[in-house]
Amino acid sequence: MPDTRPEPAGTDGLDPVRILWTESVPGGCHWSGFVKRQTTLRLTDCDGGANASVLFFNQHEKLERYNMADTLKGQHTAFLTRGFVCYSDMGRVMCSITADTCGWHDTICGVSNATTVTARYGNHRFQEHRNDMYRNGRDGLLVELGKYGLGARDLVATVNLFSKAVVDDTGALVFQPGNAKAGDYVDLRFEMDCLLALSTAPHPLDTNPAYAPKRVMLAAWRSDAPGADDYCRNFRPENQRAFRNTEVLYL
Amino acid sequence: MATRILTESSLDPTHAAYDQVLPAGEPWLHRVARGQVLRILDLEGNQAVDTLFFNADDTAERYSANDTIRAQGNLYLTTGTRLLSSEGNPMLTIVADTCGRHDTLGGACAAESNSVRYALDKRCMHSCRDSFLLAIARSDTDLSKRDLTSNINFFMNVPVTPDGGLTFADGISAPGKYVEMRANMNVFVLISNCPQLNNPCNAYNPTPVRLLIWDA
Repeated sequence: MPDTRPEPAGTDGLDPVRILWTESVPGGCHWSGFVKRQTTLRLTDCDGGANASVLFFNQHEKLERYNMADTLKGQHTAFLTRGFVCYSDMGRVMCSITADTCGWHDTICGVSNATTVTARYGNHRFQEHRNDMYRNGRDGLLVELGKYGLGARDLVATVNLFSKAVVDDTGALVFQPGNAKAGDYVDLRFEMDCLLALSTAPHPLDTNPAYAPKRVMLAAWRSDAPGADDYCRNFRPENQRAFRNTEVLYL
Repeated sequence: MATRILTESSLDPTHAAYDQVLPAGEPWLHRVARGQVLRILDLEGNQAVDTLFFNADDTAERYSANDTIRAQGNLYLTTGTRLLSSEGNPMLTIVADTCGRHDTLGGACAAESNSVRYALDKRCMHSCRDSFLLAIARSDTDLSKRDLTSNINFFMNVPVTPDGGLTFADGISAPGKYVEMRANMNVFVLISNCPQLNNPCNAYNPTPVRLLIWDA
């Protein structure tokens, strides 16, 4: 009998044999987990307008972590899309963006906190609102980091997947609503064994006056090692050297 | 680029409580008390001064580049910028600036990032992270590598274009330019006077800076 069940959202086009797991993270919530080298994680914005603030740590040496500055200056960019990779502070590639239907992921705006969320949306506590309470990015990430003995000192600049803010000629930061549409996805191919921490709280510059964070689907699958002709490896000469630094770690 | 607003200071260096020259490639870790004013002076021009701030009474609270630029809605630091902490509190406020614009996206150079950015054999050149790590290792603070995060690069020019490009451009500083900030809380100031030789952030010639502190 053929399996006629519908595919879960966020796995369209993936080889079902390779899929390891899927998970849905509701809007405003937080999540963490380990993602191994040569695993690709697809994050899908199911409804449009999601924000997924993510941090990466070397699973085996958590002092090594995603580094915004090194990622940006190493690739001469202020945003991320297909071809770019996320550098650690140790000159290695933590993950590569191998597919992206969205085109822009924010790296510079950081996350919301309790003060900014309360100031913007009001105070919706658990006591009155149960799990519809308002959550913020910083507290969500602190909760996830705490599960591994990490804390405020480890909370560094995030990648805000699906969100876009541009900088004009005067340096002004301008949030761009509608950057991610329903069904947009980004594929992160992990080049190192990583701890991933994630918050789906609203982007701190989101212009929506209502607190309306969106869910994100996660789907992980086994992917092949990047070859010599890999697109991300050859995207910049800096990436070639960072891949070399990464591969030495796993010899 | 928008016109840069330059603001001079009325403070007299002969009245400074502290006045020292920091050679290129050297770190500096110093406590600045609430109300004191710190001036960083670019003696010879185009010298990047990589700087981090920590709450001296609780070092888990530290300068946050993201919170600072988001709160002011602008990427570049200058007079009036409140340097915010990871907890959203103002740590210092820039009160004078004759350069007009400072970077907080470019981060600090490190042995490992040099190997990526320039060539694998550049790894053993001196770097800001080496200076930071040595300064905190020698100190009696509880700071460690975990606390090294996105810093300010005073006098460094890292323009971002509307299409998202980012470059290390030629400096806009010059001999005698300075930036001055008043502490809103007791802070540890951790500086690396940048030794980078591979890009124009120091005009390929790292030079000394002068550090002055006035009492409240």
